Amino acid sequence: MVSLLNQARPPVFCPGCSHDRITHALDACFQNMGLRGDQVVMVSDIGCSGLFDTFFNTHAFHGLHGRALTYATGLKLARPELNVVVTMGDGGMGIGGAHFLSACRRNLDLTLLVLNNFNFGMTGGQYSATTPAGAQVGSSFLNRLDRPLDVCELARTAGATYVTRCSSYRKDLPEEIERAIRHDGFSVLDIWGICTGRYIKKNKLTPKMIEEDLQKLQPLEGPVAGNLRKEYGRHYRETASTLKPVSPPAHIEKTCDPPGAERHEVVFLGSAGQRILTAGEILCYAGLTAGLHVTQKSEYNITVLTGPSITEVILSPGEIGYTGIQKPGVILALAQEGVVRSKGLFGTLDEGTIILKAPGVALPSTRALVREMDFKAQNIKSTDWALAGLAVLAKLNRAISPDMLQHALGLRFKEPILSSSLALVDRVEI
Amino acid sequence: MGFSLLEGNEAMAWGAMKAGCRFFAGYPITPANTILSTMLQILPPAGGIVMQGEDEIASIGACLGASMAGFKVMTATSGPGLSLYSEHISFAIGSEIPIVIVDVQRLGPSTGSATRGADGDIQFIRWGCSGGLPVIVLAPVDVRDCFTLTMQAFNLAEEYRCPVFLASNKEIGMTKESVDMDALPLPPVLDRAAPPPGQSFLPFAVPPEGMVPYFLPIGETVPVRQTSSTHGADGYITTDYNEIAGSQERLKNKLEGAVGRFTFFDEYREEGADTLLLTYGVTARAAWEVYEERKGTDAPVSLLVLKTLWPVPEDLIREKGRGFKRVVVIEMNLGQYVREVERLLPGQKIDFLGRMDGRLITPNQIKEGVNHG
Repeated sequence: MVSLLNQARPPVFCPGCSHDRITHALDACFQNMGLRGDQVVMVSDIGCSGLFDTFFNTHAFHGLHGRALTYATGLKLARPELNVVVTMGDGGMGIGGAHFLSACRRNLDLTLLVLNNFNFGMTGGQYSATTPAGAQVGSSFLNRLDRPLDVCELARTAGATYVTRCSSYRKDLPEEIERAIRHDGFSVLDIWGICTGRYIKKNKLTPKMIEEDLQKLQPLEGPVAGNLRKEYGRHYRETASTLKPVSPPAHIEKTCDPPGAERHEVVFLGSAGQRILTAGEILCYAGLTAGLHVTQKSEYNITVLTGPSITEVILSPGEIGYTGIQKPGVILALAQEGVVRSKGLFGTLDEGTIILKAPGVALPSTRALVREMDFKAQNIKSTDWALAGLAVLAKLNRAISPDMLQHALGLRFKEPILSSSLALVDRVEI
Repeated sequence: MGFSLLEGNEAMAWGAMKAGCRFFAGYPITPANTILSTMLQILPPAGGIVMQGEDEIASIGACLGASMAGFKVMTATSGPGLSLYSEHISFAIGSEIPIVIVDVQRLGPSTGSATRGADGDIQFIRWGCSGGLPVIVLAPVDVRDCFTLTMQAFNLAEEYRCPVFLASNKEIGMTKESVDMDALPLPPVLDRAAPPPGQSFLPFAVPPEGMVPYFLPIGETVPVRQTSSTHGADGYITTDYNEIAGSQERLKNKLEGAVGRFTFFDEYREEGADTLLLTYGVTARAAWEVYEERKGTDAPVSLLVLKTLWPVPEDLIREKGRGFKRVVVIEMNLGQYVREVERLLPGQKIDFLGRMDGRLITPNQIKEGVNHG
């Protein structure tokens, strides 16, 4: 087969650098596999390993330090047929740690070659995630304080389905890389090598020493039995193909008339769990069934099941500009938390506003009309008070009519909730 | 005639779908979450891909990969996530990778208030990159804009091969609104241009008369190079100063020289008004209320709503701002875009009206500002 090496741009590594061996091993692997340049994308990032994409006549994607796996993920998901080969150094392993963990967990069919030479070659030999504590490197004493990372153990723990630790000087490196590429899932090759430009200036390291060091570790070679599972891309496509298409938001035609021609601003002051937002949405639907413009602006806590829940709805025959509340016609004061959060609202109100208040909720001083609604006494649960409040408005023909509410419930709910909601609305007393 | 009920974030997802988006990756963050969740509902069943990245860096990184594979891509976040996007925004600018980036702004600085609105990222979106080259930023006012400007954003990303931002706000993204979807003015869908058949291809070669390189995707028969390094037309590192200078100037001019073609705005002009309200985003809605209230009175105001913020539509601001005794720039921050208006209308009285406490600027606040100028 034809070499994919870019004859116009021969490798530019320091004499004796083991990256040079890996470059040629990778080319031999591509030849053995009979791959054409358009069937491969080389993805690289920063450092000496980041030069790899320029040495091959393949598709190429070179980006920022430690991020190669992120680009590779997008490329492979978009083009499942491509052979995606990623080169990263031990530096990229450190800064891109989160991406490495995720790639191991995800098991997308990428091949990662970690060109592990125990230091940052390009920037001055600083220590990396794999620098031995005893090494003399360009970060003064700092590497003595950190524990070096075992790339392969990390990969295995994180769920990688194929992990191999090997030396750049291994004779069958092309075959080793080929096995990794052929693996249907994420494969990691931690390839130990020698940085002649930096690392061995002050540290003795030979191919023999690398081999001896590797012998001391638990061997890891190839598929990881306990981790084997379906390749992510295939799994994704299979699962997605079973999903039903979703329709765009429903188009709601006018089916009834509003009680009047005025604009209405309705504020719900409740607490989380009272289905305040749902009630606001139902009110919006009620407006739509009468051909009104509507907005719903909500106030959220970062907490989920506790804290205030507030929603503000505007129903208007004309276009709505400002979505905030200026002069609410109705306030549903259903929980103290909501009232406290909105205490500034009450001072400016007059008799034009009606407040439907749950018992026990204390209001700031106000000139608005206050009407206590003891839904509890009507055997209505607190989770239904907001909906019960809408039933009161409909029965008073205030902002919405009973018809509008009924239609809105039909739009918002399916059975059996629809029937129980309609029944609830029906039995609310005013 | 009838309305649909949806929030701005949902509208962006549907707008993206309509524009041909096939890849979305994002990381959960309030108030942008419902873009991710809506995309997850609509894109996978339609054959598209949605990813929840391990972080924002991975999310936008995956988008860049998928975009170079030929897919239309989008990601969405808020201020803290935009900070993490920075290195990849710079990459997309310099290496001409089409991508739509949504910033549903929330009150900052930093993690700030997750559930409160703001327009505090307006200069950050423009300048949050290394190298300082321009980007396109569109700012929706309402849910309708969220749909249509998202489509425009995809078209611009395709046409100019650049990141295009949508500067939304919690108060648009998470506010539901009635929209007549059938009445939306939808643009035709544009795609990035492939080289004419038979023509040799270099990944960053610009056609004669053109400013934007032809695009071929990674993964088809012609090997394509992409690189974040300073590169020549062939996609390899270059050290040729003239080539570098030419390419940097092209990246600047391809957008700044073309902004007239994508200057989106709304204008409400009143005869006899001596004050112009100039604003953008959700604040335009409060300003519009003031305009409506003053219309036909003895103290009318005019209103200019910018929907293209970057590159600054300089000609528009000069033309529409000319002649007013006073221009009041209103922003949901402590004064960011006003700097651009000041430099474009020298000698005119420019006042700033702002708020940065998580609440909307109210019509009353604007009226007071106008009255006490």
